[in-house]
Amino acid sequence: MDQTAERGADVIAAVAHAATGGAIDPFTFRLAIFVLAIFVGYYVVWSVTPALHTPLMSVTNAISSVIVVGALLAVGVNLAGDSSWVSKVFGFIALVFASVNIFGGFLVTQRMLSMYKKKG
Amino acid sequence: MISADIAALLYLVSGVLFILALRGLSSPASARQGNIYGMTGMGIAIVTTLAVAAPSDWVSWLLIIAGLGLGGGIGAYIARNVKMTDMPQLVAAFHSLVGLAAVFVAAAALYAPDAFGIATDGQVHAQALIEMSIGVAIGAFTFTGSVIAFAKLDGRMSGKPILLPSRHLIHLAIGVVIVLLVWYFAVSADPLAFWAITILALALGGLMIIPIGGADMPVVVSMLNSYSGWAAAGIGFTLGNTALIITGALVGSSGAILSYIMCKAMNRSFISVILGGFGGDETAAAGAAEEERPVKQGAAEDAAFLMRNAGKVIIVPGYGMAVAQAQHALREMADKLKAEGVEVKYAVHPVAGRMPGHMNVLLAEANVPYDEVFELEDINSEFAQADVAFVIGANDVTNPAAKTDKTSPIYGMPVLNVEDAGTVLFIKRGMAAGYAGVQNELFFRDNTMMLFGDAKKMTEDIVKALGH
Repeated sequence: MDQTAERGADVIAAVAHAATGGAIDPFTFRLAIFVLAIFVGYYVVWSVTPALHTPLMSVTNAISSVIVVGALLAVGVNLAGDSSWVSKVFGFIALVFASVNIFGGFLVTQRMLSMYKKKG
Repeated sequence: MISADIAALLYLVSGVLFILALRGLSSPASARQGNIYGMTGMGIAIVTTLAVAAPSDWVSWLLIIAGLGLGGGIGAYIARNVKMTDMPQLVAAFHSLVGLAAVFVAAAALYAPDAFGIATDGQVHAQALIEMSIGVAIGAFTFTGSVIAFAKLDGRMSGKPILLPSRHLIHLAIGVVIVLLVWYFAVSADPLAFWAITILALALGGLMIIPIGGADMPVVVSMLNSYSGWAAAGIGFTLGNTALIITGALVGSSGAILSYIMCKAMNRSFISVILGGFGGDETAAAGAAEEERPVKQGAAEDAAFLMRNAGKVIIVPGYGMAVAQAQHALREMADKLKAEGVEVKYAVHPVAGRMPGHMNVLLAEANVPYDEVFELEDINSEFAQADVAFVIGANDVTNPAAKTDKTSPIYGMPVLNVEDAGTVLFIKRGMAAGYAGVQNELFFRDNTMMLFGDAKKMTEDIVKALGH
């Protein structure tokens, strides 16, 4: 009984090892990047001067629109499957919204920042 | 066209450029360069995506160009024409678009999982389903929440908190159902569950922001900023895209820090802001009885006389200045005073206005040099040496009750010590209490002079009086 259980565990471990190619799941790497980026964000944002908190919000807005990469993938799908046109339409809508944000966000930030001047 | 490895490296580069964009904001001198890093990062991300997953047909290319052109055109038009006083609304509106884009990208991934590399043999991986549903839930919440915040900031909806009975219970119930649906969706991959999550999250976003009052919006806008980041990160995990994951984490922590700063500046807990209900008519009634007391009232000429003969004037702007668009007149007044040899400084409270840094942008717009504008902790000790504190459109942030009256709802909130100045000038439209519904003891002091009227009109009158 014990032996069978042990052999069973070995088989599962071997299958798991083969399935991942003996490597670490890419999700783990992504999670690592994510966690480290939170810390980077924490320290970088605390160093932002309070006078620039409004531009900070508008620029974070603009960069979070990098979600546009997902929209581009969706617009570019091949119209092969039955539901791929749905994806194309959704992708296009997302593309328009994200583009409004990218251009609007960066340009309005630029406009604000150009107003901050030193004395004299 | 390019290998997935090179693409991954390029996404990393754009993530790093985004970090530099935020890093640049540590000083106004480096901020413009930072913004250019940000734009470059975005450009790299877009070009990389088009290179690594180039559409094979011309229709797709046409759609991409049309989408970028249409959205970009609208965005550029808005950026050029928006008034600086409307920045809080604009930021809220932009947040709603990020939320909506996240919802649509997640939906697109659901209907074409192969193109996103999240499926084998038409079966979407359970892990991707969880990431997707979390992304869509936060995105949908961000969308409706930001729409409500926009409506409140833009005056399309009453800034007063609107309270439903047993609302906390309703919110909690919806939250629990969403969690259950995420689990069910991960197991079943049923598109119906996906849309149910979306609809419930949309409802929750609206319901949670409606009870929050207008002046708590700095916290709400910051919080939604944070959520739009987490939504982007959720989608980033689905797509396995480093640029998106890094950005999501940066924006998420940025918004969270801003919310924290705003809450601290109001001495309120994040939870109490989110639960809503603060700032309404209930507490205003308590102070009504005191309004019979006499106040010293002055005219523009009196204010001009006082300030011209002062050695040092500290200006305290607030939301009322933004509403009246008085920043340009204010700078003119400061210029006149400086010409007379008066030292002029500006003191900005962290929650003055409707979003973090709101006053700083308006003063910058009016060409006030940023080295004349000071934060609360840097200038608070200087009021004692100032002859005049000129309060324009601010109220609660100057109320000494926050320091002395333990029963006051704003007790413990850091305030500007304007009462230490020789004379306090208050521009106000009337004797109404501030947002917190608390009467300001300062109005009745001997060294306070009330200047009743519209902030812009009154400041212009003072400028005229200074001209004589």
